Amino acid sequence: MNVSVEYQALAPIIILLAAGVLSVLVEAFIPRTLRRPIQLMLVLASIVLAFAYVVINATAQLAGDPVTNGGQVKGLRQLAAGGAVAIDGPGMVIQGIILLVSFVSALLLAERQIDPQGDAFASRSSTLPGSEDERQFTAQGWLQTEIWPLYLFCVGGMLLFPVSNDFLTMFVALEVFSLPLYLMASMARRRRLLSHEAALKYFILGAFSSAFFLFGAALIYAATSSISFSTVAVAMENSSQDGLIIPGIGMIAVGLLFKVGAVPFHQWVPDVYQGSPTPLTAFMSAATKVAAFGALLRVFYVAFGGMRWDWRPMMWVIAILSMVIGSLLAVTQTDMKRMLAFSSVAHTGFILLGVISTSAAGLSSTLFYLLAYGFTSVGVFAIVGLVRDASGEATHLSQWAGLGKKSPWMASIFALFLLALAGIPLTSGFTGKFSVFTAAIDGGATPLVIVAVVASAIAAFFYARVIVLMFFTEPPVDGPSVVVPSAFTTVAIGTSAAFTLLLGIAPQPVLDLVINAGLFIR
Amino acid sequence: MLLTTLMLIPLVGSIVVFLLPAAKVTLAKQIALGFALATLVGSVLMVLGLDNSSGGLQHVESYDWIPAFGISWTLGVNGISAALIVMAAILVPVVIVAGWWDAENSGRGTVKGFFALILALEVFIIGVFTANDLFLFYVFFEAMLFPIYFLIGRFGGLQRAYAAMKFLLYSLVGGLFMLAALIGLYVVSSRELGQGTFDYVTLTSLNIDPATQKMLFLGFFFAFAVKAPMVPFHTWLPDATAEATPGTSTLLVGVLDKVGTFGMLHFLLPIFPEASKFYAPVIIVLAVISIFYGALLAIGQTDVMRLVAFTSISHFGFIVLGIFVMTSQGLSGSSFYMVNHGFSTGALFLVMGYLVSRRGSKRIADFGGVQKVAPILTGVFLLSGLSGLALPGMSSFISEFLVLAGTYAVNPTAAIIATLGIVMAAVYILWLYQRMMTGVPSKEVEETVTEISRRELVAIAPVLAIIIALGFVPQVALNVINPAVDQVQTYVGVTDPESAVVIEGSGS
Repeated sequence: MNVSVEYQALAPIIILLAAGVLSVLVEAFIPRTLRRPIQLMLVLASIVLAFAYVVINATAQLAGDPVTNGGQVKGLRQLAAGGAVAIDGPGMVIQGIILLVSFVSALLLAERQIDPQGDAFASRSSTLPGSEDERQFTAQGWLQTEIWPLYLFCVGGMLLFPVSNDFLTMFVALEVFSLPLYLMASMARRRRLLSHEAALKYFILGAFSSAFFLFGAALIYAATSSISFSTVAVAMENSSQDGLIIPGIGMIAVGLLFKVGAVPFHQWVPDVYQGSPTPLTAFMSAATKVAAFGALLRVFYVAFGGMRWDWRPMMWVIAILSMVIGSLLAVTQTDMKRMLAFSSVAHTGFILLGVISTSAAGLSSTLFYLLAYGFTSVGVFAIVGLVRDASGEATHLSQWAGLGKKSPWMASIFALFLLALAGIPLTSGFTGKFSVFTAAIDGGATPLVIVAVVASAIAAFFYARVIVLMFFTEPPVDGPSVVVPSAFTTVAIGTSAAFTLLLGIAPQPVLDLVINAGLFIR
Repeated sequence: MLLTTLMLIPLVGSIVVFLLPAAKVTLAKQIALGFALATLVGSVLMVLGLDNSSGGLQHVESYDWIPAFGISWTLGVNGISAALIVMAAILVPVVIVAGWWDAENSGRGTVKGFFALILALEVFIIGVFTANDLFLFYVFFEAMLFPIYFLIGRFGGLQRAYAAMKFLLYSLVGGLFMLAALIGLYVVSSRELGQGTFDYVTLTSLNIDPATQKMLFLGFFFAFAVKAPMVPFHTWLPDATAEATPGTSTLLVGVLDKVGTFGMLHFLLPIFPEASKFYAPVIIVLAVISIFYGALLAIGQTDVMRLVAFTSISHFGFIVLGIFVMTSQGLSGSSFYMVNHGFSTGALFLVMGYLVSRRGSKRIADFGGVQKVAPILTGVFLLSGLSGLALPGMSSFISEFLVLAGTYAVNPTAAIIATLGIVMAAVYILWLYQRMMTGVPSKEVEETVTEISRRELVAIAPVLAIIIALGFVPQVALNVINPAVDQVQTYVGVTDPESAVVIEGSGS
């Protein structure tokens, strides 16, 4: 078979992966002192270039009049690489969000001013924690740049994941972005054992869920003789093999729901969020969720769209469990990162409301929510990384007491992010919640929205508790302080805060964007 | 543009005060007072510009905000909301003068912060009473919480953090249920009209099927009942007022809680007429329970601030009762009650604040014999108290009478039981007066309680003057309110029963 490759449509993915290869070569051949600036340039430039290509593709003038090209006036909508990849409106929006979030996260990863020993990553991740080697390397001030090639591969895989149009491409993309994440999660400079444990847990459970995904794909293949989403969708309509299809859908759902961190596949979330280096947690909490939801949307709208009456009850249960358990467990946490991890589980439940709607409104509201949540999440973890005492980050809630008095600005921005997560009006979180709730009620899921409202009320409690802690309690005597970061982190936090506010006060342009993105192509 | 401008005045004031250097304490207070008075002038002009022959929305302005969701910046007032805005605009400068030293006395927070928050609160108060896009209303409804939250949490008493949190959570939970109902209403409107909308006037013209109405009604009602507050959603109020400064309590109970009853009158009845009629019997029972329970607990309080809070719960019972009997006397009585209650409770909170700040204790038992050492203060106390028990001649009497007369026409049982609430009001006020003012002053009272100062008198005098003036010429307010009340009746599709007691000037 003669497979053509549509280079322009695939350009964002190719750019990132090529930059990743280049970055490996930089690690191998460029002297240590020069690596950091070169790597950083490479990463930021490739993300910007890829984003430019996404914009170009999304606004490309199409040939022919709107009637012949399917009513589309602007923007690519095409299958690429022999039908393995589908470049369409929602796919490009997801890619755009991933790139924006990755750019901001890259700034956080590049930060070298907040830890007196260097950056957030181990001076040599090959040394044993607590060993003499480790002590020496740390004392000599070694700094590694090996996260950058990993980061580029990871982002490249994430770009492919939501636009994959068959199960095998999707599986490959899943592994391409997951493996670097497992590695990066283990590289924290402080509390290395915790970081190793997190990475191992993430790896084992992740591998397990990937296997589920693959097995599910095999079952679907057995029932429909196809791995391509559009063919699967058609074949399912006429298939009587429910004994294969239903378990297949379930297993693929397990693989994808694991990545988005939905209950009951959420056990890794708190441990990994807590153990990973905080800049990476910021990246993971935002970008992984966006990419995985992109893939989830495509699989369940395109491949399993016709089966929605079969999978909806399952998704209802998972959405309810995620919202309720996520919010309830977040209330009991005493560690900031774990609390935010459970809050992220709850948010997964809210986003699932949009997925369940299986309508145009459901799709566009989910996209909006992902953008809103992505930036807020990056911002919130960026600030968590700044609150430090002598032993590193101070993540215990009690250590945050009175922070509003010590650094009112940072505390106020943090409060803004928390309010956005709680879904208070005039923040991006509210607009996001409002749009998914509307889509859900319109799709007949009123009981789910009522559960979501109750969960939001529970969630509001623990977010508000942190704000009270910061502003209304006296700071402890030897409490941590907010470190003054370099321009990198400042820009990252500023951007996140700006998006959080802007999407709350004037969301119309972005709403237009996600509504005009249209539907998935088949 | 008039209403937007009216909101901009306190907003600019709030920002200016906030940006002042922390050391310029007196200047901050003066600027805050200046802006509050300017807002008062603006709101009086707004009322004078109303056409009293029409019950519809006036001074309407509308701009698109988020067209994708049919959300717009739509403001407008009718007689009821206009009267409430003027009431709020009068109370804000009063509270600023009365609370001149509250920020310093609390020992926490900055003085400019205190006054900037009060002005910020005024912005949202005007917003919430003028918003005629339901989404905008919700935004103001939630936004209002934050200034109050900080006013209690920063400048309150010992249990301030607990009280502020309880207040915030109750309100947020109520608000979230309203949000769910609001989204439901939006979806209903988009099914009926093809394009969803939050516009008040459009929503009142929808034909929502009764089953959906009943569900949506409950979401809104829950939020409003928490805010009002009605028994059994009231427990946050006594805690909040016990910890807040008297000025904050005045604004909280006198103005903010009116949003709950105003919401019932302005949104629930016109948008969900069938559901309102369906639930009216249950709500009337709850209202009567509120009247009784509030009064009973007021009698049993040992803390003056909590006592006033419970009297308010009782009064809110009357207001809700008048709304849900849906007669013109009941509705105009309730609307007028909202205005009067703002003044009379405000006066009570302020005078209690004067006493508490002198004696340094909120316990009733720590007072006694005040009339010997501070006769003018006692007189002010007595006037405020008599207004609280709705003595004839006071404005609160007119409104309470209208509510009861309106209730009697359709539901004599409820009216008769509610009348007992008046007797209990006499008990809690007069017994309070007896315990605090009469008798032999203790040594502590003699040492600490001084006569009312000029500033304090200046602050409270206009409130008392208005209470008495409206008691004798209620027409001034009723003429503004009544056209709007007629409009509400038209929306609901109810008319007064034949046997209704006809009271001159109380609506049609």
